This record gives sequence, structure tokens and C-alpha cells, in this order.
Amino acid sequence: MHIIVCIKQVPETTEVKINPETNTLIREGVKSIINPFDMYAIEEGIRLKEKFTGKVTVISMGPPQAEAALREAVAMGADEAILICDRAYAGSDTWATSYTLASAIRKIGSYDLILCGKQASDGDTAQVGPGISAHLDIPQVTYVKKIEEVKGSVMRVERMTEEGYEVVETPLPALFTVVKEINEPRIPSLRGMMRAKSAKIVVWSQKELQLDPKNIGLCGSPTQVVKIFTPPQRTGGQILHGEVDEVARKLVELLKDEVI
Amino acid sequence: MDYLLTDEQKMIKELAHKIAEEKIRPVAARYDQTEEYPWEIIKVIAEADLFGLFIPEDYGGLGASVFNLCLATEELSRACGGIAVCYAASALGTFPIILFGNEAQKKKYLPDLAKGKKVAAFAITEPEAGSDASAIKTTARKEGNYYVLNGLKHFITNGGDAEVYVVIAMTDKSKGARGASAFILEKGMPGFTFGKKEEKFGIRASSTRELVFNECKVPAENLLGKEGMGFIVTMKTFDMSRPGVAAQALGIAQGALELAVKYAKERQQFGKSISSFQGIQWMLADMATEVEAARALVYSTARMVDAGVKDVSKESAMAKMYASDVAMRVTIDALQIFGGYGYMRDYPIEKYVRDAKITQIYEGTNQIQRNIIALQLIKEMAK
Repeated sequence: MHIIVCIKQVPETTEVKINPETNTLIREGVKSIINPFDMYAIEEGIRLKEKFTGKVTVISMGPPQAEAALREAVAMGADEAILICDRAYAGSDTWATSYTLASAIRKIGSYDLILCGKQASDGDTAQVGPGISAHLDIPQVTYVKKIEEVKGSVMRVERMTEEGYEVVETPLPALFTVVKEINEPRIPSLRGMMRAKSAKIVVWSQKELQLDPKNIGLCGSPTQVVKIFTPPQRTGGQILHGEVDEVARKLVELLKDEVI
Repeated sequence: MDYLLTDEQKMIKELAHKIAEEKIRPVAARYDQTEEYPWEIIKVIAEADLFGLFIPEDYGGLGASVFNLCLATEELSRACGGIAVCYAASALGTFPIILFGNEAQKKKYLPDLAKGKKVAAFAITEPEAGSDASAIKTTARKEGNYYVLNGLKHFITNGGDAEVYVVIAMTDKSKGARGASAFILEKGMPGFTFGKKEEKFGIRASSTRELVFNECKVPAENLLGKEGMGFIVTMKTFDMSRPGVAAQALGIAQGALELAVKYAKERQQFGKSISSFQGIQWMLADMATEVEAARALVYSTARMVDAGVKDVSKESAMAKMYASDVAMRVTIDALQIFGGYGYMRDYPIEKYVRDAKITQIYEGTNQIQRNIIALQLIKEMAK
């Protein structure tokens, strides 16, 4: 089984700072980590490999320092790592990113499964995984919390919904985005870390991928970021105390006052 | 301070740190309370290859390094001295096999220990034989292809949970200390059972049990070295393992220091954080300096051992004694900085005091360490 895991390097903080002029992330001084949701994708990929044999290829699109994220995935047990890196890809939105990643996956060749985290902790869009599957024209199952069964080239999985979960069966190759309920990512082994240190990270740039300039980078990104801001924290509501009748009456009055 | 660690050593530290923070710290209080053996953590440590650090590559390890063992033990101990000692005690039980085992013994036992599939234990202490190790009463009598062991060991770390034991017993009582021999025992050998499990003041995640030998038949090929070498095996083993105890003490001290600094910054009294008071600052400064001095001594000693310096008894004893005394002082002061909260079990610091205490006692009390140091000093002067 050949499993491709797409990962993203993100700043290690939930309070991302934004440059107000360029509306992009300020990365300086913030430690970079693998997007926490992608850790579950890596772990699930390695578990599938261990169970069914095969290999895990991990790919990331990002600046040269994203190589560290790929090495960490190799330390956990991924077999091959590819970094998609070119200035031409800078400023990509989710459309251009998923197009670029899908193109790279096509170049990799045959595969059975693509795994992504459900979303990135910095952008929080949850669009890149589904976008890749659309570009590749393969089935997608989002929010997968359990791989129930693998029967030849069919997989049955459980996908989380707000009310519970759905059981979905899909032919392979397919793309899953996974949630944290799916597993507990392992701590790498020392031997894995040593292997990762000297592992070859393949770098593909525009030279190798030869993508249509209209579809990549800032130019290929239909999304226009007008403004990014942290929404104000919700203030504590008002709690009414007293007898039920009285409280109900008061509540109706308040709602009327607020014209709700 | 920069100890100029190699990339590999930095990796070991980073990995052990990760395990300590992500896996051990969240469960340390629970194990302290329940006194259960931390198998889930042992499994994590094993999968991370850390049991291989003190075992030669030829036998499935990563290269028999006392320094690497110390780096890992220190980091694990920062989060829990009890869980860390389960790991370090396996090294203690493994060293005699590395040092004195023949090829067959090494091949048989070391690979599983290197993978952490099994843990080891070392057994010399008896109710009547603590600091005076020559007073041991457990006997081993040769009968054909077997030695038959009778007697009782107590206070054995990993006792009952370990699969492999190195046990010191008297093969010839008339020869005194020269009549002791070392044997490799396996859990489940006929006549080998476990007695009482101790309830302890600290390091409560680790197990401490009695080993009972009742006409226990041990194959003759399980004799380590030769008959009569029991005490040499013990002394050489302790020379190797004492830096590990020192590293455990160092980690406990470092962990307590970090908690104390963090708490001092957070705790507000008289309208400001207590870290702004010089009385607290000076305590923290002394604690940090002592911890760093202990680290320098432990690392230097461990590097000496790895470099193959022949006699390291004095330095090993110094490192163990100093680091454990520092751990005791630093943890007590850390608790003092926590004030009344520090005395309460809801806060993590009192556990550090309890965990630190044993490091002044086991693998030779600090009084015995001082004897070793003084004896060496006098010997050196006589040369």
C-alpha cells in the first residue's frame, strides 16, 4: 500500500500574529511545528503501512525550512519525503496550494491513499485536502475518525459529524482528512531520528513540476484577503435568577428591548 | 552552560525531554498515588530506543554509553524520579552482564533488554546486609550442572516486574567477601518467588520487592564471571551505575528548580510577584548554581567512564553523593518557595522532595560514598 501524507509546517501558537500591512502571518520568533492535525495523518499512514506493508511518502509545500517538518515525519516512520518549494508558489491560497500539491502527487505516480489533517492550525480553512481530491478527481472523505476495514481496493471508514458518525465505504485511491480521534501520534524513536537526520529530502521546484503560471502562487490564487483580524472575545452573558415565571417574564422583556 | 553535546547527544536529550513532558508529566501524580508499575511509559521509552543507550551495538543496543544513559535519565527524572528509576534500575541490572557476561550470556539476555522487551534488576541488599554488603546470607551451593540458591533479598528495585535479575549469593562462606558470586536469574525459575512489595516515601511509581529463593535451581552456565567474583562484579557495576543515580538526582533537582522559578514568577504577594523579592532571588540563584555544579560533575564523570578510564570509583562516588545532596537541598528549598501550597499534594513539588531523598540512600548511602572517596584519596597519596 502506498500512502501519501500531506503536511504543513505551522507556527507553534494558537495566537497567530498577522502583519497588518501585508495581511500575512508573522513567522519570525515563533517555533515551527508540524500542523497538529497532520500528526494524526502521519501516524495513521505509518500504522497502515505497518499493518499492510508498503510505504509512506510525506509531502509538504512551503519554504526551505519546512524540510524540518518532513524530517520529523521521517523520524516517526515515513519512508520518503518531498518538499515542494519555489518562490513561484509563494502566496498561494487554498486553490493554488491544492492544485500544486495535486500536480506533485500526479508526478509521484501511483498511490492508494492520500491522508491530510482535517485543517491547518494557522489558516483553519480545511479546504486544501478536499481541493487536492477535486484536482485529482478521486473520492474524498473528510473528518475520518476510524479506518474500519480495508478490503482489497475498498476502504470502510467512520467520519465524524456533529451528531455522531457516518460509516462510508469508498473505492481507492481516495483522499481522507483525519480528526484527532483517529489515533495517538507516536513519539519518534532514536533510530528513526538518526535515520531522519541523514534522510534525503527530495525538493521539487517549478523546474521539476512545470506548472501553469496562471494556476500557481499569488497570481493563481482567486482568494483576495481584504482583512485578517481576531474576533473580539465574547463577553459573559447575563444570567437571570429567581422563580421560573418571573425569570421567563423578564427574559421576554429583555428580548423585546433588544428587538431580537 | 554549554556542555558541547554532539548532535546524537542533543537528539537523546530532546527525545527524553519529549517523553518526559508529553507522556510522563501528565501521569506522574497518578502513579505516585497508586504505586503501580508504569508499564505504559516503559513501553514508550522502549519504543523510543532509550533502553538501547547503555547496551553495545553488537547486542542490539546503540552503543553502551553511560553518558547517554545519564542524559536520558536526567530528562526523564525532571518529570518523575519514580518512573525514571524503573528505567535506570534496568541499566543497573544489565551492567553486570555487559561487564562480566560471556558471549553466550550476552547473546541470550542483552538483545531483549536493549529493546526494552524485558527490564532487569540487580539484587545484593538483604535485611542484614545493607551498607555492609559482605554480611549477605543468601547461599548458592553447586549441585551438578546447577547452583541451588537459598535466602532472601529485599529492597530490590524493579523486583517482581523485571524478567532478568543479577543476584549476589555466597558460594563459599568461609572466604568472606571473596566467597560471593553473581548469577543471572530469570523470573519463573523454580524456587524463585517474590515477597513483600514495599510502600515507599518516594519514587512510588517504581516497584521495590523482596526476592525469595527456596532451593532455587539456577543453571551453572548462569554464573557471571567466576565463583568468588561477586563483589568485584558489584563494585564495578556500581562504578558504572552511580553516575546514573547522580543523573536521576540531577534531573529531580532541575525539575524542582524549574517549578520553583515558574511558581515564584506567578505567585503574587504584597502586590507583586514573589520573584521580585531578593530573598527568593538568592534562593533561586543558589539552587541554580548548585544544580549546574552537580551537572558538570556528573557529565565529566560519565564521560570518564565512557572513555574507559580504569578506576572511576572516586569520581562516581563524588558525582552520586554531590548530586543527591544537591537534589535534597534544592527540592527542600523549592518547596519552601511554594510556601503552604508546596506542602499540599495538589501541587507537584512535595513529590520532588520525597523522590530526592532515596538518591542519598540507595546504591550506597552517601556516607559509604564518602568512605569510598576518602579511601581513594588516601590510596592516591600513598603512591
